[in-house]
Amino acid sequence: MKPNVFVKEKVAVIGAGLTLFRRRMLETPRELAWEAAKQALESAGMTLSDVDCVVIGTAPDAFDGVNLNGEYLADVAGPRKPTVRVYVGGGTGVMVPIAAWWHVASGVCRTVLAVGEEKMSPARPHPQGVFAYIWDPILERPLGPNLIWIFALEMRRYMHKCGAKKEDIALVSVKNKRNALDHPAAQAAANITVEDVLKSEVLVWPVQRLDISPVSDGAAALVLASESVARRYTDTPIWVEGVGWTLDNTHWYNRDLAYPRYVEYAARMAYRMAGIERPWKEIDVAEPYDPFDYKELHHLEGLMLARRCEAWKLVREGYFDRDGELPASPSGGLLGVGNPIAAAGVMKVAEIFWQLRYEAGRRQVKKPVHKGVAQAWGDLMQAGTVIVLSN
Amino acid sequence: MPPPRRVAVVGVGWYGFRPATPEVSFREMMFEAAARAYEDAGVNPRTDVDAFISCQEDFWEGIAIADEFAPEPIGGVLRPTLTVAGDGLQGLAQAYMLVKSGYFDVVAVEAHAKPSDIATVQEIYELALDPVYVRPLGVRNPLFLAALDARAYMETYGVAREHLALVVSKNKRNGLSNPRASFAARVEPEDVLKAPYVVEPLTRLDIASFVDAAVVFVVAGEEVAKRLTDRPVWIEGVGWSTEAGTGSLQWHAWGRMPSMRDAADMAYRMAGVSSPANAFDFVEVEDRFSYVELLSIEEARLAPLGSAASMLEAGDLDRGGYLPVNPSGGSLAFGVPLEATGLARALEAVLQLRGEAGPNQLSGVKRALVLSWRGPPTYTSIALVLSSE
Repeated sequence: MKPNVFVKEKVAVIGAGLTLFRRRMLETPRELAWEAAKQALESAGMTLSDVDCVVIGTAPDAFDGVNLNGEYLADVAGPRKPTVRVYVGGGTGVMVPIAAWWHVASGVCRTVLAVGEEKMSPARPHPQGVFAYIWDPILERPLGPNLIWIFALEMRRYMHKCGAKKEDIALVSVKNKRNALDHPAAQAAANITVEDVLKSEVLVWPVQRLDISPVSDGAAALVLASESVARRYTDTPIWVEGVGWTLDNTHWYNRDLAYPRYVEYAARMAYRMAGIERPWKEIDVAEPYDPFDYKELHHLEGLMLARRCEAWKLVREGYFDRDGELPASPSGGLLGVGNPIAAAGVMKVAEIFWQLRYEAGRRQVKKPVHKGVAQAWGDLMQAGTVIVLSN
Repeated sequence: MPPPRRVAVVGVGWYGFRPATPEVSFREMMFEAAARAYEDAGVNPRTDVDAFISCQEDFWEGIAIADEFAPEPIGGVLRPTLTVAGDGLQGLAQAYMLVKSGYFDVVAVEAHAKPSDIATVQEIYELALDPVYVRPLGVRNPLFLAALDARAYMETYGVAREHLALVVSKNKRNGLSNPRASFAARVEPEDVLKAPYVVEPLTRLDIASFVDAAVVFVVAGEEVAKRLTDRPVWIEGVGWSTEAGTGSLQWHAWGRMPSMRDAADMAYRMAGVSSPANAFDFVEVEDRFSYVELLSIEEARLAPLGSAASMLEAGDLDRGGYLPVNPSGGSLAFGVPLEATGLARALEAVLQLRGEAGPNQLSGVKRALVLSWRGPPTYTSIALVLSSE
């Protein structure tokens, strides 16, 4: 890997929008995507006619139940735009602004509308059913695995290797659901205690109901622009400083389940582009991907914001709280705001955008902020996508 | 400011182009094509390729997150790899931008299709129709969209079924000297007219068949390309466009394909092509339905609207004509490998421009247009301007 750190064209995020994250939204996938896109355009002071290109993100097509789902959602951009859909499973949400970045950085487009959408609730009997079809059709699918099984393996491995207890990991859920109380779009915000998490229904030990993010419908959108366009529209553009993404192999069972190597590789790529050498000192606010509470710890370590096996200790000290040294998931994350897969990743980037603009309202972190990182993760525990923004 | 960086195709590899490939899984097919492309480019994927793009759609694979299987067969493990849920040429456009931005020097693009594994291709196409407004109509066959378009095109511009039959006859004949053309044949226009309808006005022979294939391209920035090969094929322009209303009926301009025109115009702008009608030595355009070849020529401004049929009659579009169209035989001869269709078309153009098309070679060709459509019920098209100079 030899990313060229001397990319000339600067790219800015200048607008963001978000629908409510809820289970069983009445809007169609197209309508959800449009609602988020409209907000993002309005916040950037633009209309559809100002948009050159479109990048769409949505995870398994089976949730929307539409083949060629990117084509179906392309309506969000109105007629006749260069449109593409990128896809790295759960990591798609952060891949969308990354792809939007190269549309602008290459000089091919001046403005890009980046949209993530997911409507999980229509799947019957339960959205988990869709995940029955993600496995290797020959080696794994006949075993009838359930997605939560492999996360249980991963969580158990992390606890074993790092000496973390359920009580320590539950603190992440408590923190994120509490942070989400201040988020107007949140689905699963709550004031809960560690006790509540430990007493919630066991799904697959050690994963319990409150360790896991909800099934959600929703959409989120961003507007990205070249430097000259961004300066015309806003005094406070948020710059894309670094992007990175990595896919590990398909064989999750051969992996070190205690540490997400692929996230580290993606982070190193993004940090290198951003000129960041000591992320734990230089990053002011982080949105690590947190579909499960232990995943936030995993990813904070992969992002090199905590030493290996130490993230859970720092959570206990309040280091990652909204008023802590390095706020993590100040939005409330997937555990609190909700997890419409591709939209959740875009929501994380949008949160960093609002934090760096000091527009996060009651969610604004205490410390002054200059640089933030958002990350998502996907596929069979194999994809890491990382974006670094600065003001 | 330094001149913008040029981007070239430095390696191509393919596997399959047969109606069935029982000897390989889709992953083995990807590997075969990738290994050949890397050999062709003279690169080691583990050290020399900076990023990898795979083009596939979940529903074709029967896997809910098909992206999981992208990295290994193409050498992208623990490297920047992603899936573009779209045509191979949309993936190539992403690779072009990644190299153009300066972030990467060498990017690989892969697309594959194994329709022989799919028992119900048309039913899966049906799932691409709008679930609220169109699917409840219970039209069992998404090809009706193509038939409506064909009818509208023929009525508006006075194109007869005989013209469509000529296209089929020309392309299937052109394919006879192409090793990838499984469906090449000596077919007379009368045979096409006599064939049974699938959807009026399109007969069985007017519609290209599905085929298994994998295609891999390696693209590189100018300096690297010149180091790697002495026959780079430059990507002078690329354009892509999606109309609103894929899977819907209400917005489409029947008998036209505005997305093709937009894609071509975007590619022409990038390539500095001002009069496309005489800019190209040959073109590889969409022909998964016979009428689309004529429509593509017109939407790409290679001929005025409504005039392609008379050019065809005059022999202008033949291999020896004034503008050879689909000298490879096009999809009517090599088939429709789902998301690999665009790359397959580009593959034919690259081989021609390198002078490696074997018995199919045209003499003295330097610049070509590739124009592909994702097929019904989508309205997405991609255009590519390639040059050997």
